Amino acid sequence: MTWQTGWHKWKWVAFFLAPSLIGLSIFIVLPILTSFTLAFQDWNLLSPPEWIGLANFQEMFADASFWGALRYTLLFIAFYIPAVFVLALGLAVLLNQKLRGVLVVRTATFLPVVASWVVVSLIWKWIFNPQYGLINPILDVFGVQAPAWLFEPGPALVAIVITSVWKDLGYIAVMYLGGLQAISDTLYEAARIDGANSRQQFFRITLPLLTPTMFFVLIILLINSFQVFDQVWLMPMRDSAADRQVEVLVTEVVKNAFSYNRMGYASAMSWVLFALIFAITFAQLRLQKRWVYYESE
Amino acid sequence: MNPSRSLASEQDERVKTSPLRGISGRRILLYLVMIALVVLMVTPFAWMLSTSLKAQQYILETPPRLFPSPVTFESYTGLAERIDLARVIFNSAFVAVATTAGQIVISAMAAYAFARLVWRGRNLVFTLYLATMMVPSVVMVIPQFILIRQLGWVNTYAALIVPSLFNAFGTFLLRQSFLGLPKDFEEAAFVDGANPFTIFWRIMLPLNLPAIATLVVLSFMGSWNSYLFPLFVARKDEVITLPVALGVLQAGPRALTEWNLVMAGAVITVLPILIVYLMAQKWFIQGIVSSGIKG
Repeated sequence: MTWQTGWHKWKWVAFFLAPSLIGLSIFIVLPILTSFTLAFQDWNLLSPPEWIGLANFQEMFADASFWGALRYTLLFIAFYIPAVFVLALGLAVLLNQKLRGVLVVRTATFLPVVASWVVVSLIWKWIFNPQYGLINPILDVFGVQAPAWLFEPGPALVAIVITSVWKDLGYIAVMYLGGLQAISDTLYEAARIDGANSRQQFFRITLPLLTPTMFFVLIILLINSFQVFDQVWLMPMRDSAADRQVEVLVTEVVKNAFSYNRMGYASAMSWVLFALIFAITFAQLRLQKRWVYYESE
Repeated sequence: MNPSRSLASEQDERVKTSPLRGISGRRILLYLVMIALVVLMVTPFAWMLSTSLKAQQYILETPPRLFPSPVTFESYTGLAERIDLARVIFNSAFVAVATTAGQIVISAMAAYAFARLVWRGRNLVFTLYLATMMVPSVVMVIPQFILIRQLGWVNTYAALIVPSLFNAFGTFLLRQSFLGLPKDFEEAAFVDGANPFTIFWRIMLPLNLPAIATLVVLSFMGSWNSYLFPLFVARKDEVITLPVALGVLQAGPRALTEWNLVMAGAVITVLPILIVYLMAQKWFIQGIVSSGIKG
């Protein structure tokens, strides 16, 4: 094949690859490299950038708002991940039943997944409105004293977690569903012949064979939830205590970059976030041997 | 066969013959859970729609009514007075269509170079592509903003379209699909004197439509729903997109009492996506699950 060798080959490689490779270099690779060098600079976009070594990192580790943002990010993760991890598994088991109507449930639970985060944040901001929203009258019926949701930091975090679980439930469930459907029916049949009840089948067959999917789900959830932004940016009520206090790492990066024009400091913070995600993903890969069961091994 | 499934299908059989005999307690419980789930997922959207159909004074009723009476389109006309609705919708649609079209062409071509052409350094360059997928978007937001500023693209369509044309994920997805295709067709075409472009255009693209459809859905949805980056590069009325306009509207000084307008904007933003989703569910679910990582 003449076009697979010599000059012809490179002409075709250039033709097919150049648009992507040039664009990727300029708009992805260059920004990544720039971001890394910016982390060691002080730059307000106006005066020339100045090399300051590790000063951004030193400042960050002494900065209460950085630790506050890290604390809220971890708090968000601590509530959000267990909730969505377990609820989505339950939903996936339900969707895996051969029942009339499960497709309707799947369609419905996937609706929030395709909606934009801005729309979802605003719908729930309105639902959580303490005076006119939908949720407090419902809580009243059960005699629950409702908090001023998106005005106070604690309740605002709870509201943000509820919204996030609602939005992502269907997405994670469908990921689980793929894992559930890959489990061979013959295993359940054999278990049934041996007299295992459905609870035993779930804990002895379904769960162990689902651990690779669970592992993947956990990695995705952690990578994504460290980057939580839209709902935290949009949901707290303007100028409330929640608005001032509930900051996560990405909102802190964005504020430093675009409100205070501190491009270097914000870049340094984004690399700390990246390092955290990287370290946690790496740790999970190392720890997977302890709990993930691969059938082929 | 899965025991719960066989149980259920036996019951299905029974339901057909005698409606009452097959209904077990477990089944009733499952259906109650299913109904609760559907209600939980649909109610917020219904509440959005309902609020958008209420007149200003009726949204401040306590307790709130789920069904608006009277129904009015005041919120939509009010919203049109506040923002140039036709323009914003056009901006969002134009940016999403251009981004999708560009991303498909560029990713498919690169995918072909990785999947079918043989060249020195191919694996190295592909590894670089994969490596860029690991970097969170927040790391790139700041330098991309600076780049857009230096190019003089702030508040232009280019700022919204060009940086998102080159994502490695699209290339990765299509490469996987191309690799899964047997080479027989291409070899036959080659013997007939076809060049790589003809093979790409006439064979690779038509035979990989499922993967391309997946990427179309992901790319369109990603662009239509995008918020973080447009928020900082396109705030002028001429180029502002729906999510950013909506964010501005709800942060305005009168936002506390104008939820009917905000919800009307939310309906306009979410309705096209929901309709396309309901028509092409399979591609949405497949695409979103395959993409995994956000942004």
